[in-house]
Amino acid sequence: MSLTKAERTVILSMWDKISTQADAIGTQALERLFASYPQTKTYFPHFDLHPGSAHLRMHGAKVVAALGEAVKSIDNIGGALAKLSELHAYILRVDPVNFKLLSHCLLVTVASHFPADFTADAHTAWDKFLSIVSAVLTEKYR
Amino acid sequence: MVHLTAEEKAAVSSLQGKVKVDVVGGEALGRLLVVYPWTQRFFDSFGDLSSPDAIMSNRKVKAHGKKVVNSLINGLKNLDNLKGAFAKLSELHCDKLHVDPENFKLLGNVLVCVLARHFGKEFTPQE
Repeated sequence: MSLTKAERTVILSMWDKISTQADAIGTQALERLFASYPQTKTYFPHFDLHPGSAHLRMHGAKVVAALGEAVKSIDNIGGALAKLSELHAYILRVDPVNFKLLSHCLLVTVASHFPADFTADAHTAWDKFLSIVSAVLTEKYR
Repeated sequence: MVHLTAEEKAAVSSLQGKVKVDVVGGEALGRLLVVYPWTQRFFDSFGDLSSPDAIMSNRKVKAHGKKVVNSLINGLKNLDNLKGAFAKLSELHCDKLHVDPENFKLLGNVLVCVLARHFGKEFTPQE
């Protein structure tokens, strides 16, 4: 599965808008993840996970920044996220099912912030992009 | 089986009153067929599904989407007996339609995205 030219264009153009609210979007996506899928909290025993916490804001910003790196190198997401891929495989070892959950929460957050831009085509593009990112992050697991 | 708390039931019921059934259902089903094109396999009789525009404006898609959401709303009226409320539909989807249960998750996720798009900030993590 790879992105078409049109899909790449959609992602790049939406990213300009998303990056202006990067921190809020990252934080909210995580809040939604922990609210809807409480089992994901098990990976963050060292965090204060109350909505609005500094930990959540910091980590949300980190997640969206990493997505930004992937967007910048959209033709070589594997290369851009190589270090993160190793981190997830050897150190964090987050069960692969959780990437789908976070991807879904990111889509929901983007949809709520940018209703007009989140067309069916944009929805497809982002879903595919996040699937590719998830695949890259889990490709070294075994 | 997942169980809803009293707060969750209240949140869901309040949102349901504001949902534009006609619009949300058609959009959710349409997006399912666009974003996950393999789901089109269940809708051969729906006519033109050849492009996202064709799908989103397809009258049969909109009508069926409305049916689906109305059915979900019926479920909301029977939150204490969801199994009973959906028994007939469950048999239909299993025995006649042969829909892989994975598809229900996909449609559910798409519906959540559509609600988020329509309600924006009002669609909190708790919702």
